Amino acid sequence: MEDTILTLITFFPTIGVLLLLMVPKERHDSIKAVALIISFVTMLLSFMLWSMFDPMANGMQLEVNLPWIVSFGIHYHMGIDGISLVLIVMTTILSVLSILSSWRSITKGVKGFFISMLLLETGMLGVFCALDLFMFYVFWEVMLVPMYFLIGVWGGPRRIYAAIKFVLFTMFGSLLMLVAILYILFQYQAFSGEYSFDMIKLLSMPIPYREQLWLFGAFALAFAIKVPLWPFHTWLPDAHVEAPTAGSVILAGVLLKMGTYGFLRICLPMFPDATMTYLPYICVLSLIAIIYGALVAMVQKDVKSLVAFSSVSHMGFVMLGIFALNFQGLQGAVLQMINHGISTGALFLLVGMIYERRHTRMISEFGGLAKVMPFFAAVFMIITLSSIGLPLTNGFVGEFLILLGVFKANSLYGIIATSGVILSACYMLWMYQRVIFGKVTKPENEKLNDLSWREKLIMVPLVLLVFGIGIYPQPLLERIEPAVKQVLQHVSRAQTVRLDERYQIQKVVHQSENPTRAMSGLTQGDEACLR
Amino acid sequence: MTEHSYLIALLPLLSFLIIVFFLRWKEMLSAVFSIMIILASWVMSIIVLIETLARHGEPYEAYYKFIDLGSFVPEIGILIDPLAAVMLLVVTTVGASVEIYSVGYMHGDPRFSRFFAYLSLFLFSMLGLVLANNFFMIFIFWELVGLTSYLLIGFWFEKVSAADACKKAFITTRIGDLGFLVGLFLIAVYAGTFNYGGVFDQISAGVIPAGIVTLIAIFVFCGAVGKSAQFPLHVWLPDAMEGPTPVSALIHAATMVAAGVYLVARAMTVFVGSAEASLVVAIIGLITSFMAASIALVQNDIKRVLAYSTVSQLGYMMMALGLYGYDSAMGLHSPGFYAGTFHLMTHAFFKGLLFLAAGSIIHAIRTNNIQEMGGLFSKLKLTAPAFIIASLSIAGIFPLSGFWSKDEIVATASHHPVFLVFTLLIAFMTAFYMFRLCFLTFFGEPRDKEKYEHAHESPKSMTYPLVFLAFLAIFAGWVGLPWLQNGFASFVYHGEPYHPHANWWLMIISTIMAVSGIGLAYLMYYKKSISADRVAEKFKPLYTLLYNKYYFDELYDAVLIRPVMAFGRLMWRFDAVVIDGLVNGTAWATVFWADMKQWFDKWIVDGAVNGSGWIVRQSGNIGRFLQTGRVQSYTFFALLLVVLVSLFKLEVGPQEREVGWPVLTILLAVGIIFLAILSRTIGRQPAGQETKQEEHV
Repeated sequence: MEDTILTLITFFPTIGVLLLLMVPKERHDSIKAVALIISFVTMLLSFMLWSMFDPMANGMQLEVNLPWIVSFGIHYHMGIDGISLVLIVMTTILSVLSILSSWRSITKGVKGFFISMLLLETGMLGVFCALDLFMFYVFWEVMLVPMYFLIGVWGGPRRIYAAIKFVLFTMFGSLLMLVAILYILFQYQAFSGEYSFDMIKLLSMPIPYREQLWLFGAFALAFAIKVPLWPFHTWLPDAHVEAPTAGSVILAGVLLKMGTYGFLRICLPMFPDATMTYLPYICVLSLIAIIYGALVAMVQKDVKSLVAFSSVSHMGFVMLGIFALNFQGLQGAVLQMINHGISTGALFLLVGMIYERRHTRMISEFGGLAKVMPFFAAVFMIITLSSIGLPLTNGFVGEFLILLGVFKANSLYGIIATSGVILSACYMLWMYQRVIFGKVTKPENEKLNDLSWREKLIMVPLVLLVFGIGIYPQPLLERIEPAVKQVLQHVSRAQTVRLDERYQIQKVVHQSENPTRAMSGLTQGDEACLR
Repeated sequence: MTEHSYLIALLPLLSFLIIVFFLRWKEMLSAVFSIMIILASWVMSIIVLIETLARHGEPYEAYYKFIDLGSFVPEIGILIDPLAAVMLLVVTTVGASVEIYSVGYMHGDPRFSRFFAYLSLFLFSMLGLVLANNFFMIFIFWELVGLTSYLLIGFWFEKVSAADACKKAFITTRIGDLGFLVGLFLIAVYAGTFNYGGVFDQISAGVIPAGIVTLIAIFVFCGAVGKSAQFPLHVWLPDAMEGPTPVSALIHAATMVAAGVYLVARAMTVFVGSAEASLVVAIIGLITSFMAASIALVQNDIKRVLAYSTVSQLGYMMMALGLYGYDSAMGLHSPGFYAGTFHLMTHAFFKGLLFLAAGSIIHAIRTNNIQEMGGLFSKLKLTAPAFIIASLSIAGIFPLSGFWSKDEIVATASHHPVFLVFTLLIAFMTAFYMFRLCFLTFFGEPRDKEKYEHAHESPKSMTYPLVFLAFLAIFAGWVGLPWLQNGFASFVYHGEPYHPHANWWLMIISTIMAVSGIGLAYLMYYKKSISADRVAEKFKPLYTLLYNKYYFDELYDAVLIRPVMAFGRLMWRFDAVVIDGLVNGTAWATVFWADMKQWFDKWIVDGAVNGSGWIVRQSGNIGRFLQTGRVQSYTFFALLLVVLVSLFKLEVGPQEREVGWPVLTILLAVGIIFLAILSRTIGRQPAGQETKQEEHV
């Protein structure tokens, strides 16, 4: 089980795809049932993965490494650390919920829809498990196709434009990434005499500063588009607004995390010198994203595009946390990736629920929903509070850690980012007020049903997660911790750029060392090398 | 009991959860249950206070590490020192009174149970805030009281004004909170711990640079400015009066808004570490106090007058604490700390009472506007005396609670002439506007007969709490009598205990100010010997300015909200025009480029290929004419040549050309016809031959 669990989780949804191919396309209920059961079992498998994962251990766990295309050094190499673990669990949970949310809203092409959803799940899980750059790239591209169909076939009126924009943006980035991957392959061949795509092996190769700059740039562009970092974000509102609810949930919940995950897994450890060089630019872009996303969200008239722009702002926080390059910042960033998945996913689900009832998402069409849909209003309130980072909700822990980290790195950035927190309260509460509070002004809204049992079933786990992580984040944090330290340790190899006083990575790596969780690998020699 | 004092906070949380999950539909049961719970907390607070007294104020601290975040370990813990013990009692006392009062006030409300649930949640947060032993925990509860305040202001969310007000309150206080958050980060970075004791020790020992201490103090004060509605973030509190009146009494008069004062008192060591920051606190406090008192002079909504009065009194306390910090930083003795915290306590009682009494008045006459009241004394036999007692207390009339605490604030300011003058002026204005309320409400002729006729005293559940609080408004201040050895000052203190001594002159002056304020109100609103309208007319610009609350809302709207929204819209346009313009432009350019290439392929490349083929073919066709092997065509070409040559020759002389034209025309026509026939006949036949030849090649 140890070495097959990751394969099983990744490809279990694909088994579902094969099963679905055998179900006649008019048997909607069977299709939905198969999709739901498959994704549910995948979720259970991911819980099993959680229990198998050793939170104390360093490095990759549950690895499987089999030769695949030997002549090019391509291996079937999978393995996870804490960062990928939490993302995998979040992915499987969100997949179940989004499949459940599509129960009624999808009426045409039901079979194709659920096949796409399951295929997408395989792609996402694959990216998080892959430790071989080739596999990483393949899964990265596999995600793209089902998402393209989800938006382009089951989307809103401007779906074709949105789908094409999404694909072109992403393709543009991933092509550059492919070039960079191939370049690294040949460099590694020159360095060690063999071809390898192995992410772990590649880390041992010293890359000259100039080349790092180019390679970082190529990867970073691919990831920044995915995050999306300002100014590569314009595909996001279009894609979100047009995508069906399930698509939006997965897009915001998981796909955006691919970008930040890529930074953590590839950009930072592999190109530490380039990281130090690009750091101020990326921080500034993240700050712009935070403020910009919030300001634009404030003036939206469509709830869904408001949530979409809020994603830009929140992901700016995550990026800023990563590039604070210290323990708290990174830990907060990883946690915030999960939190954003939960709260924004939940927001899209909620928006989807009122859209199903009213077939509009315009804020002005609502008002006074607290009267007719009290349960909905309560859940919406909790999620809103989580999104604006109120203490005891998940959003607070992540935001606090990120801001603390950023503050340690650069107080000015910290203060600017903090002002983004006020803006998020402004647009979320204003939207909440206009949708939920006040009198029921539109006669159409008077007869709306409150959430059905199925919808409650979707929202309750998310609400529990909101409070669970908000009150006791320790289980997540302790699993993230070793992985984050590993990333920091790799970044601290940076040699060409003198470590700035403000980014006391080295200090943090040492400070956070305690007897029970000793950092592996950072020996006397490394310390000397750091100086 | 002290070691289990966390129960004081946790019990209301339990009450909240039980009401939300089990008692939602049982209205009376949820009210009774939450009242029982708060009474239990109240009793425990009394025991804790007694135990703390028995310990001679020795602080009790207990904590455990909640989460291990590597280098950052937030603790969860309680700290019971005299300040916390007193504050616990204040919160539970007012809390219990308000909950009992609400049974009558909220009677018949469709969300009755929910109201009690929210109140319980608020009490949990507020008590947690008081109990906290570190800055991180106080911040968490700080935000939670903000949330419950939001929920309770917006309790009647159908009212647009309430929905607006709750959002405004939350966002405005959050601006301050984020300053607090920055202060927290500074503490985390420079002190490495959030524990009060840990931070204070480092500041006292001078480990943290003085400039940073000032920054920490100012940022922490930002939080207090937001919560305690100090200038310039005071705008939310008057609007918050849209909430139910018990909420205004509990949250927006007695407890939550006092949390800012409590925070400054808690962090007093930080302020003592920085004279500059303390001076800022004192000045902001003074500005707030004066500004709010001046606005209160002319407002007509009874709750808003009380709200501005609250802002003003909170400013008073802030000023006292700030002056204490400043004096201590300068090495002087000052009663400020004791004065501020003492006033915090007495104010909670009499202001809570004022609001509850106002609620009773509103309940009776169904309006907030004092201009529609009048003559209610005879109708409200319990409410009216209670309100007047509270007014006397806040005005600082001997020997009510307010007198003792306000007197200490005046004593604090007595070392600073400017502060002293304004403090006395504020005392005068306070007495005036409170008795303006009293006279307009309870005395004179009823100005709205119809409403007056329907007015009736509130039910017992509402009046009993009034009596209880009136009792406190009279006697609570006596714990601070200067003649009592073991008074408030020797219990709640910062650094060294302060030994108050009666300053007769100040007492007399402040009493004169209060009495003259009441006297002026009497002349203007009871005797009518001075016409209020004439005064308003005479100071028209000033009156308008005050009536419109110094135009703060309009100013913020114009300077902050509109520009931010406009900027947001601009950014959105930027997205659509510039960034998407670039993206779409790139796409368009790509498509255009593809079109161009297609055109180029079709017309230039293919054109060149086909064209060269065509040219070869046509030249071949022409060549075929020349050598068909037929005598006729040879003859024709010879003839044609002759004709052309002769034409050329003919051109030489003008006369000959005239003769030659008709002949030439005929010849050409014949030639063309011949050529056409010829090409038709040969055009078919050789074509076949041609392809064959190509095949051979």
